[in-house]
Amino acid sequence: MSSQKRKGFRLGYDFRTQFELLIMLLPAVLFIFIFDFTPLFGLLMAFKNFEPIMGIKGIFTSEWNDFQHFTRLFTNFQFWPMVRNTLGINLLSALIGIPVTVIFALLLNEIKHHKFKSFVQTVTYLPHFLSWVIFGGLFITLLNSTGIVNVLLMELNLIDKPIQFLADPKYFWGVAIGTGLLKDIGWGAILYLAAMAGVDQSLYEAAAIDGAGRIKRMFHITIPGILPTMMVLIIFAVSGMLNNNFTQIFVLQNPLNLPMSQVIDTYVYQTGLLQFQFASATAIGLLKTVFALLLLVGANTLSRKLTKTGLF
Amino acid sequence: MVGGKTAGERIFTLTTVVIMIILMVVTLYPFWFSLISSLNSGADLARGPVFLLPREFTWGSWSAVLSDPGIMKALWITASRTIIVTTVSILYTAMFAYAFSRTYLRGKRFYVIIGFMSMYFSGGIIPSFMLMNWLGLYDHYLVYILPSLFAGFWNVIIFNANYKALPEALFESAKLDGASEFRIFLQIVVPLSKPVLAALGVFTAVGVWNDYGTTLYFTQSNDLQTLQYMILRLIQSNRAVENMMSMQGTNLAVSSLLNGTQGQGPVTAQTIELAAMVIASIPMIIMYPFAQKFFVKGVLVGSVKG
Repeated sequence: MSSQKRKGFRLGYDFRTQFELLIMLLPAVLFIFIFDFTPLFGLLMAFKNFEPIMGIKGIFTSEWNDFQHFTRLFTNFQFWPMVRNTLGINLLSALIGIPVTVIFALLLNEIKHHKFKSFVQTVTYLPHFLSWVIFGGLFITLLNSTGIVNVLLMELNLIDKPIQFLADPKYFWGVAIGTGLLKDIGWGAILYLAAMAGVDQSLYEAAAIDGAGRIKRMFHITIPGILPTMMVLIIFAVSGMLNNNFTQIFVLQNPLNLPMSQVIDTYVYQTGLLQFQFASATAIGLLKTVFALLLLVGANTLSRKLTKTGLF
Repeated sequence: MVGGKTAGERIFTLTTVVIMIILMVVTLYPFWFSLISSLNSGADLARGPVFLLPREFTWGSWSAVLSDPGIMKALWITASRTIIVTTVSILYTAMFAYAFSRTYLRGKRFYVIIGFMSMYFSGGIIPSFMLMNWLGLYDHYLVYILPSLFAGFWNVIIFNANYKALPEALFESAKLDGASEFRIFLQIVVPLSKPVLAALGVFTAVGVWNDYGTTLYFTQSNDLQTLQYMILRLIQSNRAVENMMSMQGTNLAVSSLLNGTQGQGPVTAQTIELAAMVIASIPMIIMYPFAQKFFVKGVLVGSVKG
């Protein structure tokens, strides 16, 4: 006890406490260095003539190759279609997904029957917790040429022969965007609902007294109230523009729909891990990461200028 | 709320309710459809899909899935890694976050920097693959465990936001009484942080249970397959047969599961696939209402302000 009475003693700055804290922090620091930072050295492969046979040492000893992996990439006939698919699926997902999720949250917020509201929420959360293997698998079954969707459409005489939703490339974007929306609409709405709960209730009462109807209140009070949350989610969407949901696309992809379903992530997996083109696959991965970071910073700056909200 | 019910508002409410009901049907029906199809005779399904209830009820596909050694092995791998990773990583990350949240921690800036760097920079899949090979984790059960023992800096931020709500005086008096940091964490922080521990625990468990990437990237043996990965292979092999596509190699565990279901018996490749999907989603369906409850209590509180 005497140490605490010593002059200049500050609680927690003693050696024992700092040592204990260090012990608590050290394992994670080691993990971050081993599993997150060591792989960064592998990025050197993107600039070198590396062959998998050279082993780990080869990353450092192989020759530099004057950005050949990058220049070759732009002349690769698979490159532009895969960039188009990546950006197309993501952009349309965001353009459709964000407004639809906001509308869903707005409508849900207008439901005053508490039990019905929480029931709807519970049901719509469900797909978020299922894996893409299961959720994608269910839709593959439903959208099959003998699946229930085609059977129903045939019964209703809307189509003459089954639509090949997953075998015909032209439907792939629609399937990817639709299943993505359905899987996360309920979960996405949770953040907007939390933001709506934070809006000052007296604003609604004042507006109602002034004669504003429900729709008007929604547009002039609720939507401005959730704008900061929306901006944060838009920034996330923009920065994730190059980052397709590999787990989703890989499940829905098959050799027949490849022209519209090959995205950067699946291409990296295919050429890198299946065809062992380590160096060029790393180069694409690196290019993607750099552009994703630029997008994040760009979207954040723009959002700060326009709405005074940002992530950092 | 002020304001009466006008005709316009009634129509608005009615439309809202109808939209919600349609959305719920679209969400739930696929599960119902797979459930009844997996409990229906496969030979009968070949004549046309079932819509509301099974036509020819049979447990055949379910018992075929549940008695298959490959599925059982995959279930064991998936369940064991889910339990180990969830328990260790959440408790350890909570402890890390506690140490990180101390105002008297020296060198905090260092941890902030490596934490954010780990969130934004990544070597990508190929360098990670080479690292796993180099560490001897490739095609080893530990590849499911070791790299996931720290739950990442994102979770540290969430824990940190929650710890801010705990009264600082509690820690101070414990420290003055001579309690070690470990003791403060275990006896004060853990009991007071149950909601956030539960929330992040459920999310980690869901993520690990649903993961198939680790198996796809870092393993090759049949006895290291996870449940999700095996179902993925099952789906791919069935689609390949239906569309007469070529497959990238056949999966032994999947072929042995499908063996004996060929032909038009009550158990077909299709009903096996549906039964496996339904069975693999049962744990998540049981667990997710808790996730919802804890998420609102543990994560949103203190982290999102409207």
